[in-house]
Amino acid sequence: MQADYDLVIVGAGPAGLTSAIYAARARMKVLLIEKTAPGGQVIITDWIENYPGFPDGISGFDLGEKMKTQAENLGIEIESAQVSSLELSGDQKRIALQDRTISAWSVIVASGASPKRLNIGEEKFIGKGVSFCATCDAPFFRDKTVVAVGGGDTAIKEAVFLTRFADKVYVVHRRDELRAEKIIQERAFANDKIEFVWDSVVTGVEGFFGIERVSIENVKTGEKKALEAAGCFIWIGVIPNTDFLENSGVELDESGFIVADSDMKTSVPGVFAAGDVRTTPLRQVATAVGDGAVAAVAAEHYTESINK
Amino acid sequence: MAEKIIEVNDDNFEEEVMRSDKPVMVDFWAPWCGPCKAIAPTVVELEKSFGEKVKFVKVNVDENPITPSKFGIQAIPTLIFFKAGEVSDQITGMVSKEKIEESVKGLI
Repeated sequence: MQADYDLVIVGAGPAGLTSAIYAARARMKVLLIEKTAPGGQVIITDWIENYPGFPDGISGFDLGEKMKTQAENLGIEIESAQVSSLELSGDQKRIALQDRTISAWSVIVASGASPKRLNIGEEKFIGKGVSFCATCDAPFFRDKTVVAVGGGDTAIKEAVFLTRFADKVYVVHRRDELRAEKIIQERAFANDKIEFVWDSVVTGVEGFFGIERVSIENVKTGEKKALEAAGCFIWIGVIPNTDFLENSGVELDESGFIVADSDMKTSVPGVFAAGDVRTTPLRQVATAVGDGAVAAVAAEHYTESINK
Repeated sequence: MAEKIIEVNDDNFEEEVMRSDKPVMVDFWAPWCGPCKAIAPTVVELEKSFGEKVKFVKVNVDENPITPSKFGIQAIPTLIFFKAGEVSDQITGMVSKEKIEESVKGLI
């Protein structure tokens, strides 16, 4: 019996879109499924400066749009849907969506990752001062004081972006040095609107309508204090979007990321992983597109081998 | 086909939204907001499906600061659903089409 598709790709961020481009050019019958909007985390990134080919940088939204257009020009269909579960035991993989179940010979999981929460009661302030997206929300904090949490690329880059609007940005980081790219660190250290609060973690956010104070604690001295701030931007890493893989048999690491080899093969034959959702030392647009290309070629070879 | 998402501003929000006969979904957006632009096609699709029963409007928060502050908006995209001038539902951030559709259906 024929499968509905040669390949179903879950997630239309840079990894999934690249897989789709390669698979379309290999003349595979492909369906690309996206839960929210094509582009993935790229579209919440203000400006991307480390993806080659754009010497002056490019806005995350524009880069995502260009990748999407490139896939669509090849005839790729992007369906706005959410995968609820995968049934992977047979040769034909079955992908359950809300309204129907589809079948495919191979699956690429490129469902990405979402910002990690602090879980200190910030939930009720989301949209009221707590944010994970500077390019969405920074202009609401014009001439105000905000807190940025984290020490990685995203945290420091976005903290610098926040200074375009905010009067003052406290960067609260649990260690005494940053992980961010050196070039981003240099900009942050040179910015006099940024004040670093080292060795500290956020323990709470308080306020009436919106945030008024962010409580922090020094992890070395145990000293507690509150920073007067109207906003709290949280960039402490990501968690993988792998809910729908529960009971699928795909091996995950202890943090829930998909374990895949250098061909992007997962523990289940015919199922591949690409981009931020897999266990990888670096989560960037550049690494996601590389994963996406490798996964598509591996899926093509696999599909050919079982259809011989 | 012309887009049927009406641009509403601080001056006519009262008339177009609060005193609308039909229930209204308001999309608060800004040109600098990537996710806002990303959900725009979804809003257009929903208007095509539900436009007869629900009015779809958008407010540019850059040009119209009064209305968003009235509703305490500090993040976009924010979608607010109004029924007879009362807020019946609100969605902040980028969510799936299904989730928005659910809230639109809740207006009918």
